[in-house]
Amino acid sequence: MHPKACPPSPALAISRNISRIFWKYPGAVRWLEVHAENYMSDGGRPLAQLRHLAERFAFSVHGVGLSIGGEGPLDEDHLARLKHLSDWLNPASFSEHLAWSSHEGVFLNDLLPLPYTDATVARVADHVNHVQEVLGRRMLLENPSSYLAFTGAEMTEVDFLREVARRTGCGLLLDVNNVFVSATNLNFNAVDYLADFPVELVGEVHLGGHFVDADDHGAPLLVDSHGAAVVDPVWQLYAGLIGRAGPLPTLIEWDNDVPDWPVLAAEATRAQQILDPVA
Amino acid sequence: MKQASFTAALLNTDLAVPDGLVDGLGRPAGRRFAVYRNNVAGSLTEALEQGFPVIAKLLGEEFFKAMAGVFLRAQPPRSRIMMTYGTDMPAFLASFPPLTHLPYLADVARLEQALREAYHAADVAPIAPEVLGAVQPDRLLAAKVRLAPALRLIVSPYPVLSIWRANTDEAAPKPQMQAEAALILRPDYDPAPHLLPPGGAEFVAALQEGATVAAAFDQAGEIFDIGAMLGLLIGGGAITGLDEDIL
Repeated sequence: MHPKACPPSPALAISRNISRIFWKYPGAVRWLEVHAENYMSDGGRPLAQLRHLAERFAFSVHGVGLSIGGEGPLDEDHLARLKHLSDWLNPASFSEHLAWSSHEGVFLNDLLPLPYTDATVARVADHVNHVQEVLGRRMLLENPSSYLAFTGAEMTEVDFLREVARRTGCGLLLDVNNVFVSATNLNFNAVDYLADFPVELVGEVHLGGHFVDADDHGAPLLVDSHGAAVVDPVWQLYAGLIGRAGPLPTLIEWDNDVPDWPVLAAEATRAQQILDPVA
Repeated sequence: MKQASFTAALLNTDLAVPDGLVDGLGRPAGRRFAVYRNNVAGSLTEALEQGFPVIAKLLGEEFFKAMAGVFLRAQPPRSRIMMTYGTDMPAFLASFPPLTHLPYLADVARLEQALREAYHAADVAPIAPEVLGAVQPDRLLAAKVRLAPALRLIVSPYPVLSIWRANTDEAAPKPQMQAEAALILRPDYDPAPHLLPPGGAEFVAALQEGATVAAAFDQAGEIFDIGAMLGLLIGGGAITGLDEDIL
């Protein structure tokens, strides 16, 4: 069966909290995103809810545990669980992160940074190829939020992503908040980053919130949190992106400190207002 | 910079920030590395709070968070699935020196762990009560039963279920010092613990080990009310099959 496509409209992530809101407002969105790892159980209510929703909505499955940037081999057991989910749910899209999250069997439950070097490109491309072979589908790779950089970096993040996509045929998931966070933290220009970004490869956009900390020198250090409203500069970057790339499926990531529905709905409405003129 | 040294420094805050990590101007990363340390410790602590809310309530937020920090460094996850993180928590609580005066905590944690496992266990349809009711009593006694994957049995020398209830239901009575056995059943999607009468734990344990209903009854002792026990199992959707072709 051909999967339902994610329409180029706003959507919400279903976490434990948001699903509670979602049941009250079932007509609000046209597609949904779930974290793969939350549905890797043998049974129970979350899976039953997902089966029910899958009859009516297009789904994007977003993995947070594959550790695609890990130095070691991919976890084949985890990949098999992912394939099982991907096979029965048949989502419109599967995405994962340009990051690592486990080392020698220890899972760190965070998206950890990578040095942008030729050696890392080769390793990430091998892993993306393997994931795509096992799943039998093209995946999207998401740009990270960065809090530090590596000495010895050999290329920009955009060049890194472009090269991985060239070697694997994967698409990209563009998180505009992550671009803003990383640009602020690492002193590069977010507008230039997006101008350089291969928008023809983008299959989905993420928008989310962050909080503001400071580094040792008092400079702003932004931390991705999925726990606040999208800030105005990120909306401006998003509007510029959509103006150039056309309408794209856009996810509002707000899965910590989830607000009341009107606040969340306002975020989706704002994205819709940017998408409508180019639809 | 290798991921081994990054991992070690993430989990051990006494270690220096690994070399080769800088800010956007090439200066040492310094406390920027702490963002990752905080994310790791914070997200794992949150996973433990979700898995063990009664333990968190009993210990208080501040103590629980500090203890979680010790636990997550001693027992970082070996699985990428956070709904299973913390299976070592009961053993940790039993041996954590500041808590040795609260020996019941480990069993309360086992109960919470069992509830979480039951919540995510496979869905297997139970035999309909009217179908089971039509089986001749002597044939039912001779049968072995298949139990639902969500069923869990927790046996404790402490009032484990009364403690759990006193911390999840404001109307629940104060726990009395007594041994308790709790049976977790999941008739639909919501696991619920039930206090077992004397002999109940022996009966269920025997069924789990593959004894016939009659043999399990023998294990339970003379005062045991097998009718009430079977009623509890059937009402909780816990009997999913019989070994014999007697239906």
